[in-house]
Amino acid sequence: MEMISIWIAAILTLGIFSFLYKDNPLYKACEALFVGVSAAYWAIVFYFDNIYKKFYEGAVTAEEPDYFLWIGAILGLLFLTRLVPKIGWVSRWPMALIVGATAGLWMVGYFVSNAMNQIGNTISNIIARDELTGAIAWGETFGTMVILVGVVSGLVYFFFSKEHKGVFGATAKVGTWFLMVTFGASFGYTVMSRMSLLIGRVDFLLGDWLGILR
Amino acid sequence: MRNSFEKTRASRALLLVFVCSLLLLIVSFSTSVSAQADNDSDTPADSILALAAPAPATDLKAFDTDNDHGHSITIEWTLSADDGAGANSVISYRIMKSESPDGPFDSVGLVPLGATSHVNSSAIDKNSEGYFSDNTDYYYRVEAMTTNAALFSSSEIVGPVQSSGQWFNAGLVPVLIAILIFTILTMIFVQLAKKGMDLYVRPLAGIEAVDEAIGRATEMGRPILYVLGLGSAADIATIASFTILGRVAKKVAEYQTELNVPCYDPIVMAVAQEVVKSAFIDAGRPEAYKDDIVHFITNSQFAYVGAVNGIIMRDLPATNVYMGKFFAESLILAETGAAAGSIQIAGTDEIPQIPFFFVACDYTLIGEELFAASAYLGREPELLGSLKAQDYAKAVLLASAIIGILLINIFPDFGETFKSWFEVID
Repeated sequence: MEMISIWIAAILTLGIFSFLYKDNPLYKACEALFVGVSAAYWAIVFYFDNIYKKFYEGAVTAEEPDYFLWIGAILGLLFLTRLVPKIGWVSRWPMALIVGATAGLWMVGYFVSNAMNQIGNTISNIIARDELTGAIAWGETFGTMVILVGVVSGLVYFFFSKEHKGVFGATAKVGTWFLMVTFGASFGYTVMSRMSLLIGRVDFLLGDWLGILR
Repeated sequence: MRNSFEKTRASRALLLVFVCSLLLLIVSFSTSVSAQADNDSDTPADSILALAAPAPATDLKAFDTDNDHGHSITIEWTLSADDGAGANSVISYRIMKSESPDGPFDSVGLVPLGATSHVNSSAIDKNSEGYFSDNTDYYYRVEAMTTNAALFSSSEIVGPVQSSGQWFNAGLVPVLIAILIFTILTMIFVQLAKKGMDLYVRPLAGIEAVDEAIGRATEMGRPILYVLGLGSAADIATIASFTILGRVAKKVAEYQTELNVPCYDPIVMAVAQEVVKSAFIDAGRPEAYKDDIVHFITNSQFAYVGAVNGIIMRDLPATNVYMGKFFAESLILAETGAAAGSIQIAGTDEIPQIPFFFVACDYTLIGEELFAASAYLGREPELLGSLKAQDYAKAVLLASAIIGILLINIFPDFGETFKSWFEVID
């Protein structure tokens, strides 16, 4: 049984890899299988996790029912009115609630992490000193300066009301360099993690399937 | 002969004596080692038994944690006299909890020596591990532990104490003030925009390319692929993407070009259908709208990517627009699009994915540019006003950072107070 599973996994892996050459019937079959199985899998997961476990067991059969869950259930039912064209407009209400309420909730989180805390962390002594000797800690001082210049120039780059010209444009240019250095570092880091995923697949093909690698 | 015989006897006797001595030596040595080992093994136990239990933690207090959703009790105490001083035998504190002062007490936390507080909290979900309810009496005690689990001392028992949630989080007052200022700024700029004031927004190459890309698709007679990413309808990036989709759909309806919007999330699909439908109605071509323009694929990340890649290679869209929240699939999608020869415009607030869009797309909107794009494209007073307000809010934050740095370097005490206004915990 395990051998059959390994063969199926290997054929599907090669089928997906075959897309690197060009679109082909094997890839199409793998794609259809992957999409179909995953859609069905998630439909069942959503049903058991949300409708059965959370709602039915929490609001219907529970000893102390959580009546707030009925609000979610009613909003969910309103969503289904899309299926009846005459009253389809009703489905806009739960949509409006989801988009509006969650945008409002996110707003606080964004303000705290992206604005308030960012500025709080930027405010620091420019000249850092060693706690024991009191001498200037050049490394930390340099780090503070980099953060300061990065935050100021980065904010200037994302200022949309003024054209990037003159001193303002030069500061924005510095902001661009900071962004590019950050993106470059992020790119290298992520590429390495993707390589490890590829190694995992190759290890499966050559080890578990073909038995070349032990 | 006799001499030689006697010599042999003597040597045998000597050998016998030597062997006996050796055996005696070995036996006595092993006895001594064993006795030593016994002594050694007895020593720690004897010494521990001889040790007194550490002094207990004192001044124990337990109270409802402030500014939270409930299900959280904070316990504070004064260190044991043997923590870092005295017998120096305390290595940790174990927090014990019970629903009755008579017990049984269960361990709900362990903190290292030197700690003087612990927050005993649980999730709101009743099925979560360690869940405890609000408005129920609980009793606590703290045990000062030593290296020997059997040797500890308990503090006095405190209680009853109950947890409860607060409607107002006083710790977020600075955020409330900041949001109020931002709201006022937004209202002012929206009003100015409505009165016809020309609010300047600098050109963004990625945004200006959208119209050009739609025109190209029309000329080539090939479709436009719009990918909303893997975010939910609640993500800010997805909400911004809806606005851009509305603009693209309106242009598509006007130019009578084909549009394809494959979705990862069913709710995003429902919202996107409404957006596209409204755009077609605004463009005066409601009859051209079809529900399958926006369609669901699957809720599985890589299965979704596989399907979208298939669409790209089979339909060969002239333009691919990727706007929203993207994760590991960003490069796979963008590389396939590049291989298909499509013009590609991307925008996301997921910083780790932006470099991948940079290398594989023609235009990339970085982070906040995605949010600005929706205002820039729409040119509606509400969106333009909010964009202007954001810029002014950024200017205020920038000024605050500079003022704070000056204060903390010139007047450290006042600077620290100023800094603390920005250090809020959500």
